[in-house]
Amino acid sequence: MTITPERMTHLKRLEAESIFIMREVAAEFKNPVMLYSIGKDSSVMLHLAIKAFYPSKPPFPFMHVNTTWKFREMIKFRDDTAARLGLNLISHTNQEGVANNINPFDHGSNVFTNIMKTDALKQALTEHGFDAAFGGARRDEEKSRAKERIFSFRTQNHGWDPKNQRPELWNLYNARVKPGESIRVFPISNWTELDIWQYILMENIPIVPLYFAKKRPVVERGGQLIMVDDERLPLLPGEVPEMKSVRFRTLGDYPLTAAVESEADTLEEIVAEMLVARTSERAGRMIDHDEAGSMEKKKREGYF
Amino acid sequence: MNAIVAEKMETQALIDYLASHEQKSLLRFLTCGSVDDGKSTLIGRLLYDTKLIFEDQLASIEKDSKKHGTVGDDIDLALLVDGLQAEREQGITIDVAYRFFTTDKRKFIVADTPGHEQYTRNMATGASNSDLAVILIDARKGILTQTRRHSFIVSLLGIKHVVLAVNKIDLMDYSQAVFDKIVADYKAFAADFGFETLQAIPMSARYGDNVLSRSEKMAWYDGPTLVEHLETVQIDQDLSDKPFRLQVQWVNRPDLNFRGFSGTIASGTIRPGDEIIVANSGKSSTLKSIVTYDGELPVAGAGQAVTLTLADEIDISRGDVLTGKEARPELSDQFQAHLIWMSDQELIPGRTLLIKIGAKTVSASVTEIKHKTDVNTFANLAAKTLKLNEVAVVNVALQEPVAFDTYADNHAMGAFIVIDRVTNLTLGAGMIDHGLRRATNVHWQALDVNKATRAAAKNQKPAVLWFTGLSGAGKSTIANLVEKKLLSLGHHTYLLDGDNVRHGLNKDLGFTDADRVENIRRVAEVSKLMVDAGLITLVSFISPFRAERQMAREMLADGEFIEIYVSTPLAVAEQRDVKGLYAKARAGEIKHFTGIDSPYEAPESQQLTLNTATQAPEQLAEKVVTYMIEHGLLGDGSDYMI
Repeated sequence: MTITPERMTHLKRLEAESIFIMREVAAEFKNPVMLYSIGKDSSVMLHLAIKAFYPSKPPFPFMHVNTTWKFREMIKFRDDTAARLGLNLISHTNQEGVANNINPFDHGSNVFTNIMKTDALKQALTEHGFDAAFGGARRDEEKSRAKERIFSFRTQNHGWDPKNQRPELWNLYNARVKPGESIRVFPISNWTELDIWQYILMENIPIVPLYFAKKRPVVERGGQLIMVDDERLPLLPGEVPEMKSVRFRTLGDYPLTAAVESEADTLEEIVAEMLVARTSERAGRMIDHDEAGSMEKKKREGYF
Repeated sequence: MNAIVAEKMETQALIDYLASHEQKSLLRFLTCGSVDDGKSTLIGRLLYDTKLIFEDQLASIEKDSKKHGTVGDDIDLALLVDGLQAEREQGITIDVAYRFFTTDKRKFIVADTPGHEQYTRNMATGASNSDLAVILIDARKGILTQTRRHSFIVSLLGIKHVVLAVNKIDLMDYSQAVFDKIVADYKAFAADFGFETLQAIPMSARYGDNVLSRSEKMAWYDGPTLVEHLETVQIDQDLSDKPFRLQVQWVNRPDLNFRGFSGTIASGTIRPGDEIIVANSGKSSTLKSIVTYDGELPVAGAGQAVTLTLADEIDISRGDVLTGKEARPELSDQFQAHLIWMSDQELIPGRTLLIKIGAKTVSASVTEIKHKTDVNTFANLAAKTLKLNEVAVVNVALQEPVAFDTYADNHAMGAFIVIDRVTNLTLGAGMIDHGLRRATNVHWQALDVNKATRAAAKNQKPAVLWFTGLSGAGKSTIANLVEKKLLSLGHHTYLLDGDNVRHGLNKDLGFTDADRVENIRRVAEVSKLMVDAGLITLVSFISPFRAERQMAREMLADGEFIEIYVSTPLAVAEQRDVKGLYAKARAGEIKHFTGIDSPYEAPESQQLTLNTATQAPEQLAEKVVTYMIEHGLLGDGSDYMI
């Protein structure tokens, strides 16, 4: 009997599409970078990059924009991963923000995110002269993301103009930029949250332990559970950290990322929980709640 | 789906569920229709009925429904999908949005595209990656002009499967007669579109009839619901049976011992031991291995992203097409194609553009617009230029031959995009109909007497001094002075200007943008011949567009093209008005006058700028000669004899 090619299931098709996009970027840009945010989407993106260029290593560096407010377990995971895979990892922090002690409590999540994430990212892109930056955003995350191109053009100021994006047909991506301009590339645009989890399960991809339920110290604020990851979290009058079995559906800065109560401590249980979930994952990210259309506004300013 | 899954799912049941989910296939489709047809409502309904709306999203829509909603106190499902703030406020969808939902049988990616005529390009974008189209019709209105347009574009992009969603049937009392009439009307005009399946479904997106659940109000309809049809329609996936094609994206070279060619198999199936031909060079080798991170494969087929190694070291680079021995792609530098123009900037035949086809980007130009097609009436019309959202059949000439198939045979091998090489914008998208062969193959003769020998005989280096600037800037005055100086230094020169070219060679051309492009193209070609003859050629033309000056630059060898910007403020040039042309243009007697009602694009990469407002022509001419001496252009030419 003749052996026939493997059937292209939806996950295989998504995987092949992402690999295709990464190879285009590696071939067409002078100085690309992959943004690595340590979360599950980044873990999948990194895994796909390893696959895309095998047996070569990914021909670009990885960059983490560190706000200094990440969970400690995330930083450990990041450093372990970089060492295990021999990655060229750049960590960038907005030093001006650090000098001014910009933090989410005194300045609010909007100002904090703007300075420590958006500005920091722009600084780093300019400093290194990157002409393409991979990001792990997905179109199913949020309404304004649903219209994002896979190759999203940014001006010299890193601005995004939703009305002035290039038409994107077939898999023919226009990668041409002038000096100073850049393209944000979203290779996992067409994946959904469920696809991500299934792929992690299928490929056995390592993820940060914070995704798994464990007894952790938390306080309840405005109906959301905030983990007391270090002593920098100012406790309000009457607040006493409690040990609860919690996990995170999305990861970011610990004071801005809410935990959910859960007993799910295996990948299978996480996926099961996901299947019955009644809130979308971004609900755990407080920056989206600040104002209507806030994601669109942040993106125009250069946020991922 | 989620509703079915119990709160506490048993692990084994979950593993079984995931295993079945892993085996799902993927269907990509687009929805076409306008806001009035209820398109966004339909997609909102699909997401809602397949339980992909989370509670927090629902809460946010309820809030928005009160603010922007159009359906009274009900939840406006359309708000779920109208993404960007600007369009939410305008109440129209202006861009392609992608939606995702899944059922027990398939995963779906929906391209939600706007239906108005001015958004033809967005619809084409959504259609380019879709296997099926859902064309919405308002049951109250029946077949409209836009239905014809949507069907035409869907067919143009090669989609073979169509669902005719006759929506708002609730407003027509769920009438079978209304439905039957619409279907008959549609079939009458869509007969020539080559759709392999056409499923008409009466539905009400607002109330959910025949979307996911069967309608109780239309017992007369015995066909599938929309979701049932989408889950089961057989999309032709025979790409693995077609001839083998792989467009090389990236040469994989981790060390000296490994050299692989990475790319996605566009069509066909390959196994180690197969003979592989490089379509572009005709060189051949044998497939040694199919490398992936998950191990070497015994066989690979269409859609798989792989890295191939070959038995022999042959020259292969990005953009080359690997193919089998039989049924090779066409290799040509000319083809006929259908082109959709997507830019505010008109397509002007003759202008040099970039074309990206597969992994290859080449210089090209549209040599002829054979005819454009009215997307509403399908009538073929004559055209000299193409505007935004127009569709035409064109001939394209490429700077070098590329390997391609017709779009009908193989989408990946026959599709291309058009890119502006100055602004880098994507201007259009094309689908190759067939290759064209030149009646006679004109090959350059390798002559014993060539540019270098001719230049040496004249003891100079040939070059083009290209003077550009507004009418009345002083280009010809300065160019004349420069030519006199060069002549007195013993050089051989020639001056091309409006007077000696427009009255003869180019007397058939006017002053429209298209004619200006052709004018400069001819002048550039003539100056190239003059350089080949070994002359220092002075060109004095307004040449208002960057693209054409860039084209002239690229026709010549490095360092041969010297762009000289004769810079004069419009007010000064107009005040001089030596020939009285500005006065006539202001009076409306001359149309398309540069600086008045036609743009001048100042150079960005010129070698010299001559400011006539601050210096006299004599000084400026001296500056040009000095530049030439400093850059070794007036040497003895001996180093040109390489």
